[in-house]
Amino acid sequence: MDEARIDERIDLSGVICPNNFVKTKLKLEEMKQGQILEAILDNGEPIRDVPRAGKEKGPPILKVEKIGNKWRLLIKKV
Amino acid sequence: MKLREDQIERYSRQILLPNVGGKGQEKLLNAKVLIIGAGGLGSPAGLYLASAGIGKIGIVDSDVVELNNLQRQILHATSDVGNAKVLSAKERLNNINPDVEVIAHRLRLTSENILDVIKDYDIILDGSDNFPTRYLVNDACVLSEKPLSHGGILKFDGQAITILPGKSACYRCLFPEPPPPGLVPSCQEAGILGAVAGLIGTIQANEVLKYILGIGDLLTGKLLIFNALDPSFRQVKVPKDPKCQLCGERPTVTELIDYEEFCHVRSSQTLSVD
Repeated sequence: MDEARIDERIDLSGVICPNNFVKTKLKLEEMKQGQILEAILDNGEPIRDVPRAGKEKGPPILKVEKIGNKWRLLIKKV
Repeated sequence: MKLREDQIERYSRQILLPNVGGKGQEKLLNAKVLIIGAGGLGSPAGLYLASAGIGKIGIVDSDVVELNNLQRQILHATSDVGNAKVLSAKERLNNINPDVEVIAHRLRLTSENILDVIKDYDIILDGSDNFPTRYLVNDACVLSEKPLSHGGILKFDGQAITILPGKSACYRCLFPEPPPPGLVPSCQEAGILGAVAGLIGTIQANEVLKYILGIGDLLTGKLLIFNALDPSFRQVKVPKDPKCQLCGERPTVTELIDYEEFCHVRSSQTLSVD
């Protein structure tokens, strides 16, 4: 994954489920096809739920990594 | 248009839906819907449309709230008895959602005023309780090419159909003429279960939401029939009638008719012949 290619960032620290979903969805809607979104999520419920929703019916998640007590996701707009 | 934080929170459960999202929510917030009748059908429809964030909701009604309305007309409260229905409706909808601009049209629709009332709205939801208004609304919507959601209820039965003028069957394709006065009883005479009104009004709200969002199939070309006792839902296919007096190939109804007077004239003629 080319880290330099991140087009948009969204910090969802402290944002509970499903509002972190909603905000990710709204952010992706504004983006162009093929662009990459970096999302920061809290540990616990958010990191359990958001990637699962991504797998079921949503944009592909390119990368998931833990940074301290938070998670960093790279999501591609399709 | 950018959604505010409180709007993202308020509408989050529908923004999450596939094919709705922020863009769908913006469509709803920019939509203008006219509800005819703040009664058994208009009440649940109004509640769901306001909750969903329809930007502008017009409500037409000339009546005041009566105690016997409250069994099914869930927009109004006991303390509203004696007050204009459009005013209690406006207050209730604004309490639910201040995003919604509610326009109170306290009037009875006639051939003189209806085109002016409906002209600024995207879609019309007919929750009227009488045949003269129902035909007037159908004719006005077809003549001015406004989409229309029709609903009707009596006793334990309900029906609904959506009309896209010129594209799908109109109410006259189904029932070319109103029945003679007195033949079909009204809710006033025959009774109505409140929950039946709730179901049909909610189906109408659902049709309006799908139309605005451009998702799913509409109840066009098919009449949905509900019976509460069975309980059953049935769909009857209703093709557009090429001989329809209003939307057929050679229309004879080319202007609006105020049936009440027409019916009175006809019934007195029938009496004199007999």
